[in-house]
Amino acid sequence: MGPEVDDPTTSAAAAPPERPAPTARVGAVGSAGSALRSLLRTREASIVGVLVASVLGASLMVDGFATGRNAGFLILDVTAIALIALPMTLVIITGEIDLSVASTLGLTSAVMGQLWVAGLPLEAIVPLCVLLGSALGALNGLLVTVAGLPSLAVTIGSMAMYRGLAYVVLGDRAVADFPFSWTGGATARLPGTDVPWIALLIAVLAVVFGILLHATPVGRSLYAIGSNDEATRFSGISVRWTKLWLFVVSGTVAAGAGVFWTLQYGSARADNAFGLELSVVAAVLLGGVSIFGGRGALVGVLAGVLLLGTIRNALMLADVSSDVLDIVTGLLLVVSVVLPTTLARVRERRPRPAPPS
Amino acid sequence: MSGTEETGAPAAGTAARTGPPGAAAGEAAPQPPKEHGAGDGRAGRRIRQVRELGILLALALLVAVTTLANPGFLSGQSVRDLLLGATLLTILAVGQSMVLITRNVDLSVGSVMGLSAFAVGVTFVSLPGLPTPIVMAIGVLVGTLCGVVNGVLVAAARVPALVVTLGTLYMFRGIDYWWAGGRQINAADMPDGFLGLARITLFGIPLPAVVALAVVLAAGWYLRNYRSGRELYAVGSEPAAARLVGIPVDRRVFAPFVINGSLAGLAGVLYAARFGTLDATVGTGLELEVVAAAVVGGVAIFGGSGTVYGAALGALLLSTIDAALPMLQVGSFWQQAVVGLLILVSIGLDRLLAVRAARRLRGGGSRGA
Repeated sequence: MGPEVDDPTTSAAAAPPERPAPTARVGAVGSAGSALRSLLRTREASIVGVLVASVLGASLMVDGFATGRNAGFLILDVTAIALIALPMTLVIITGEIDLSVASTLGLTSAVMGQLWVAGLPLEAIVPLCVLLGSALGALNGLLVTVAGLPSLAVTIGSMAMYRGLAYVVLGDRAVADFPFSWTGGATARLPGTDVPWIALLIAVLAVVFGILLHATPVGRSLYAIGSNDEATRFSGISVRWTKLWLFVVSGTVAAGAGVFWTLQYGSARADNAFGLELSVVAAVLLGGVSIFGGRGALVGVLAGVLLLGTIRNALMLADVSSDVLDIVTGLLLVVSVVLPTTLARVRERRPRPAPPS
Repeated sequence: MSGTEETGAPAAGTAARTGPPGAAAGEAAPQPPKEHGAGDGRAGRRIRQVRELGILLALALLVAVTTLANPGFLSGQSVRDLLLGATLLTILAVGQSMVLITRNVDLSVGSVMGLSAFAVGVTFVSLPGLPTPIVMAIGVLVGTLCGVVNGVLVAAARVPALVVTLGTLYMFRGIDYWWAGGRQINAADMPDGFLGLARITLFGIPLPAVVALAVVLAAGWYLRNYRSGRELYAVGSEPAAARLVGIPVDRRVFAPFVINGSLAGLAGVLYAARFGTLDATVGTGLELEVVAAAVVGGVAIFGGSGTVYGAALGALLLSTIDAALPMLQVGSFWQQAVVGLLILVSIGLDRLLAVRAARRLRGGGSRGA
């Protein structure tokens, strides 16, 4: 066990739960864990580097990639993943996981379609759907925090249940007669540019989540929880309350993404975004967030989302069949975790004459 | 750089999750259920029996109700279909349980099964003269190789299993798509002897179901009676402690991945024999259903407890639900919702039993959680 692992928690435990505590705590982590910090920097920097390299490579080699029009499509393509990845990052940093997000998206979409068929105006449907997402997230959160069940198992269960309920609500029908003012509006570009307005929303949300995670006591406590939730509880942070809220936020954002998805593709279906949860988790992990919690940064996650989007987009433009994308995604994910671990081991063993494994 | 190594290593990561021993010994109960002795010990054994009896009861109830509503449910053909349907899930759930018991997970099983099923088809097409048993062995071998890849990455590179197998899920599926290139292999491309395997019955039980039963019994026997089998539980309960008592943790983590890969390969072969139509989408999304079957069967998702018998019962229950709902005139759309609810109820029940067992062991002491 290195000091790095214990650092956030021990300093959090040492800090009295008074007002000046947060700044003191952040300071302590900054100085004592400077090695960790520089490591984090390189980890995120390398993903951003790979992103920049692949964007440059795609611009040079793929016709039609480096156009504003294509950039707009790329952003619309990754919108759902980007939105859901924001709360997912926070959830994984606390050492939990939410696999039910894609099913929440599907259920929201199905309910949206059914309510539209029932004759409600979209002005009423949209807030109802988002509220439904909050409730679905709260159910996950309650099962994890109050009942004390492992979130991996809980959200596998709710993943099946929410998707099942989506089928119960809408069957295998599709509702596709939403008014164009809404469906067209969803993919509308910012005036005078090729940038869809949703990009602005993603950016604003990313900044909000980034500040929350990296610059507030709440954000610091998420790392502490992920490193050692027992110790964090003893230091006076309400672990359960924090986790409950994270699941609520996760459900809410997934529902928002569901509303957008439905309008973007103009079709409400129960199987919308099937399997998306693994893409989201893959993007988050690719972005350098540790699956065990306590480590990661939002910049890396955004780079991870964009990297997967860029590769997908470039391969499609280059007429490479999309199956290669799966191989690339998987390889990137495995390499991104194997490489740093192996490098660290090699570095550790360097004094010895034995060859590294 | 050493920071990555620290949290990257399974031992360190899981230690951080369960909390320091000092805190665990305190009056507040730690988050994961402390049923580490669930493989041994009287309380643990009772929990297991209650759990497995519970699934059996649920299964019996479901079958009884369905038969009352539709007497055709217990007809020979219907039961044979049910058993055939449960075969693949059971075999996969057995392999998954062994991985889960060591506190790892293998999300790539659906892709491995698809890949080896396609390998079987391609071998029949490109080498028509090859005897069927050899082709089947090739299918299992493909699965084994995939399992070795997973095992090496998890045990030797010490990367979290969830991340690795999520990566290989995409990789194996991608290779499958790339290999298939939109091709489909049909029953006409495969010899009748191979396709007839699913129709052979022993005492009225389809051959694949007999194979699944043999797999369950062998794995159960191994986990219960072999030293290395018992050590899988030790590794899953507390990897750091297992290392300290001298258990070769890396090897004990590696082996279940390889076995699971072989079993996924076997499932792929049986899939090819039963359905005869193969493309690159075989087994898509199956991984979470397999984990669900194991969890419903009482295998703890964070390792150290559960049996393959339970997992097999879980798989049988999920398959029976699939078959029974249409007969009960419940819309097939309810199926997945019911399965989801069942998973939540099962893990809730596990938690409840663990809490009660812990209270009993503590002599009625209060629980924080």
